[in-house]
Amino acid sequence: MSASEKLPTAAAGLGITAGERRTLLASVIIFIAAGFVPLIFGGYVLQVMISIVMYAAFATSWLLFSGPTNYIALSTAAFFGIGMYVTAGGIDLVPYPVLIIASGIAGAAMAAIVGLATLRVSGVYFVIFSLGLAELIRQFMTWGQHVFGTMSGLYVTIDRSEPMYYWQLLLLTAVIYLVGWWIGRSRLGFALRIIGNDEVVAVHCGINTARAKLVLFIISSTFASIIGAVVAPRWGYVEPGVAFNPYLSFQVVIMALLGGTHRLWGPILGVIPFVLLWELISIEFPSQTTLLLGVCFLLIVYVIPNGFTGLVEDAWHRRAAYGGAAPGAAARRLDPLRGPLRNLVQRVKNRNA
Amino acid sequence: MDIVIIGLLLGGTYALMAIGLQLQYGVARIMNLANGELLIAGAFGAFWLYAGTKVSPLLALLFVVPLAFALNWAIYRVLILPLVRRAKSQGKLEVDSILATFGLSFIFIGIMVAFFGAQYTDYAYLSEPIFIFGERYGLNRVVAFLASALLCAALYVWLHKTRTGLALRAVSVNPSAAGLVSINVARASALAFALGGAVTAAGGVLLSMYLTFDASYGVVFTLKALIIVILGGVGDIRGTIIAAFILGLAETAVATVIDPGLTLAAAYVLFMVVLLVRPEGLFGRRTA
Repeated sequence: MSASEKLPTAAAGLGITAGERRTLLASVIIFIAAGFVPLIFGGYVLQVMISIVMYAAFATSWLLFSGPTNYIALSTAAFFGIGMYVTAGGIDLVPYPVLIIASGIAGAAMAAIVGLATLRVSGVYFVIFSLGLAELIRQFMTWGQHVFGTMSGLYVTIDRSEPMYYWQLLLLTAVIYLVGWWIGRSRLGFALRIIGNDEVVAVHCGINTARAKLVLFIISSTFASIIGAVVAPRWGYVEPGVAFNPYLSFQVVIMALLGGTHRLWGPILGVIPFVLLWELISIEFPSQTTLLLGVCFLLIVYVIPNGFTGLVEDAWHRRAAYGGAAPGAAARRLDPLRGPLRNLVQRVKNRNA
Repeated sequence: MDIVIIGLLLGGTYALMAIGLQLQYGVARIMNLANGELLIAGAFGAFWLYAGTKVSPLLALLFVVPLAFALNWAIYRVLILPLVRRAKSQGKLEVDSILATFGLSFIFIGIMVAFFGAQYTDYAYLSEPIFIFGERYGLNRVVAFLASALLCAALYVWLHKTRTGLALRAVSVNPSAAGLVSINVARASALAFALGGAVTAAGGVLLSMYLTFDASYGVVFTLKALIIVILGGVGDIRGTIIAAFILGLAETAVATVIDPGLTLAAAYVLFMVVLLVRPEGLFGRRTA
């Protein structure tokens, strides 16, 4: 965001500004610090930490596509399940690392098919399609196992310790974060922000909107499948009802929304409180989880529509405005696109009128 | 022949639930992802009355439909209207309402699980055979179809012959222009949303006469209703009815020939074809 106004001072080859370098450095320190957790904690705390890191990976990869474009993808569970099944199906045939890559490829292929069919038309159709995708694949899997096999589930048996899962997921989160950061400052990310603001304008700017959306959806879904492959051995037993559990898609969306979808680090802020809250709810009210999940969701949509990052930024803007700067100056500084974009919108509207 | 008749009977009942969503999405412009849960709630209502007091599901309609109407009216006033007021653009409203109704669907499921449990539910009403062209069919299917056809016809006439119906259709075509000719768009939208919910719940009551359901099965019906609406074209009742028959036939064919577990796949294949060939639906208007 800030690349266009600050002069590149360091790492000129990559065009990384001083501010960006600070962010990167801070992120690296946080990730390394997080890496020490399994050395200090074990047992229940580590279990909760593993779910936090797993959901952070899910929510951040979800955000890669749905954040800038405002297309709500409800298909996380479908891609996660694909990753699990690829791993479970091939575990006796090929080495595990190959399966992780294969899961990514399978997820990407599925995302390409779904994206090609739905992303060329309006966003609503995409939401609907993604809503039922997990259920659709689940039906196919159940049917396939019914026709070709006898077992209803598959076993994944490789030996991994809990800290190992934690580190794998942490590394994956770091990769997703890095990819997201890189996309954010690339032409693709710029194009996506324009699409999210106004798709008609994006088309008029000469952006191939369908292709940009498709590429991002594939990247985002590939990561969800890879998470499936990483987590599969921890679950040990894979069956359609578990692998394609629609609640997963829902939880990922709710966490990302809670954190805020306008910043790459938003979901992480949402994941930590929500996973803790969820642990509490599933212990205290095990039979009302669905109801409470819905209530949490509505609260977020109505009370903090922009998430925690939105709250933080609002407070920041108010303070900036209070401190002598002209009102709105902070907002303008944050979004250099705003002026030209608004002119363009106006011009397009005039032409259409 | 079997497939055709069962498919048509199923399609007739689907038409009712899809018209419900059509009213909510086509007129009130709210993509209601909790639609299927409402249908299941209607089904549970009928089950509860039948199992408890042996009230016929057809009579249960008299109880369920006004209740669903009131409930949806309240949902629109309390939950949706603030979003409509808050939204800066149609796109933003769409995202917000999708999220809100998605959350709502989980609340519905939670409440239904609390009251009725998570197990599969069905009841035997009129499960005696009736012979059509020498083949036997469940009498409950035929009765459900007839009731649904009657309601669809009544709705169609109401929408096309009354002033209120005309107002709803006007809002469906263009909300801002409808406002200019002194139609109270907010009221019409609330009415359409409430009516749509009531019609969907009625569809649930009728479907419960011969289908097995559980609390979390609503999402499948939401999808089917959405696919029917898109296939028929948003804002077109005729299209919706025809699309419902197409889906009923396709599903029955897949269930009979391949596997009963793949009915959703049939719906998705139809959806894919529509998206690729004619995204505006059979009778829809192409918008730029």
